Amino acid sequence: MNTTRSTPPPPPAPEATTKMRAEGLTAWFGEKRALKDITLPLVEHRVTAVIGPSGCGKSTFVRCLNRMHEVVPGARTKGDVLLDGRSIYARDVDPVRIRRRVGMVFQRPNPFPTMSIRDNVLAGLRLSGMEPDEPAVVVEETLRQAALWDEVKDALDRPGGALSGGQQQRLCIARCLALEPEVLLMDEPCSSLDPIATAKIEELIHELRDRYTIVIVTHSMQQAARVSDFTAFFYLGELVEYDHADVLFTKPSDPRTEDYITGRFG
Amino acid sequence: MTTRTDRYVTRRISDKVASVLSAAAVVAALLPLVALLSYVAIRGFRALTPALFTELPAPATGGGGIANAVVGTVELVALASLMGIPVGVLAGLFLAEYRDSVLARAVRFCADVLAGIPSILVGVVVYATVVVGMKRFSGLAGAVSLAILMLPLVTRTTDELARTVPESLREAAIALGAPRWRIALQVILRTAAPGIRGGVMLAVARVCGETAPLLFTAFDNDFWTTSPLEPTSTMQVRIFFYTLSPRDDRHGQAWAAALVLVALVMILHAVSRRLSRDPRSSS
Repeated sequence: MNTTRSTPPPPPAPEATTKMRAEGLTAWFGEKRALKDITLPLVEHRVTAVIGPSGCGKSTFVRCLNRMHEVVPGARTKGDVLLDGRSIYARDVDPVRIRRRVGMVFQRPNPFPTMSIRDNVLAGLRLSGMEPDEPAVVVEETLRQAALWDEVKDALDRPGGALSGGQQQRLCIARCLALEPEVLLMDEPCSSLDPIATAKIEELIHELRDRYTIVIVTHSMQQAARVSDFTAFFYLGELVEYDHADVLFTKPSDPRTEDYITGRFG
Repeated sequence: MTTRTDRYVTRRISDKVASVLSAAAVVAALLPLVALLSYVAIRGFRALTPALFTELPAPATGGGGIANAVVGTVELVALASLMGIPVGVLAGLFLAEYRDSVLARAVRFCADVLAGIPSILVGVVVYATVVVGMKRFSGLAGAVSLAILMLPLVTRTTDELARTVPESLREAAIALGAPRWRIALQVILRTAAPGIRGGVMLAVARVCGETAPLLFTAFDNDFWTTSPLEPTSTMQVRIFFYTLSPRDDRHGQAWAAALVLVALVMILHAVSRRLSRDPRSSS
């Protein structure tokens, strides 16, 4: 009946440029294969959501996009990922440089507990050995971009861990943005947040899409439908379907996608 | 057949017995410590005079002090810390960072062995290398042997504490494009710093009382030393020699020196506890 393997989807928007592209990407943890032959474009200045049930490989997929996957002992990949048409897995590419261009926000907010809010924002720069000329300007602009400035402008010296969960997550986003990345990977950024904090992050994603190419992994199909332009459905390590979000959620072409979005499993 | 009341009574009795036994064990454990401290305090206070801290050892006429030995102990421990702490902390970070590599396992094993080696052996080795090499006893040789004794303690403390830093912080730093050495120094070390500071102070306190390795490295000196390249007097070695001496006034001074040394170690322990308190959690 349906296709036995994930087929490379057609480019959904010919007029848009592809910022990143996974090509035949397969990933393992030791002997266990977490991703199978994924080919997927990520359109510039658009939000791509990756959905699927737990263990479908969606987190592994985004971790392959900034070479975080290989940090786990025993993890390896095959296939390729292109950033602006150039392989990020080529032998002469330093993963450290890739990670500065492709930022990442994690499931649980992880600000550095020993650093103040200000130092957290600047941490990415300092950890890369770059001391900004005007740190105060960087801090304000970045926190404004992350929609956190008004809430913390009088408390920049307080520890980052003293903020609420939602504020911590926006601080982590600010910490990423300070490095001026081109792509922003968000691995279930709202899964530990309450609905109000979640709404703020989603609003923020809307504002950021003009400047960044965003990939968001989410458990929530409602969230994917709200924030994304394109949606990819992963199942058991395979890419089942990729399309414009409105098409995927209203007229899915694969029965497995339909089963998932109608809540029949996962 | 036992009734419910019977079981209740048995349980109460066994509870009482266990409480009494553990209380007795606490007393048994504390008794030697209290006895030792109070004995040192009583004997030490009798000989504790200002002259002890201001005067040099007097010749056979009696009197005098051990001012040079007080300074010598502090000087040697400071020198040893200067050598032992940075090397130990960096080695510990290496162990935590490359925790499962063959080299890290080997270094960790060596550190554990070194921590268990009798300190007199360290003294012998430093004697055979540094002292024989320089053809003289010296404060430097003493400091080197103390540093060697500190090294495994500092290394393993740093290793253990650096490994308690949550993986999520390492991941955050990696994802920010930080090179590994910066992650180790600016994230791992910084996050684990309170505990490491406390552990380091314990290592310092531990070597404060070491006597055996100093006997044939720093040796002793009746006069002020101006250079760590000369034999240097310490309270520990003074205590050793004065105890062997037939003179009563020297016995008294040995007790006083012991009291000063115990006080120093206790202060270092108190400082260690303060330092390991996380400033973020005490609000």
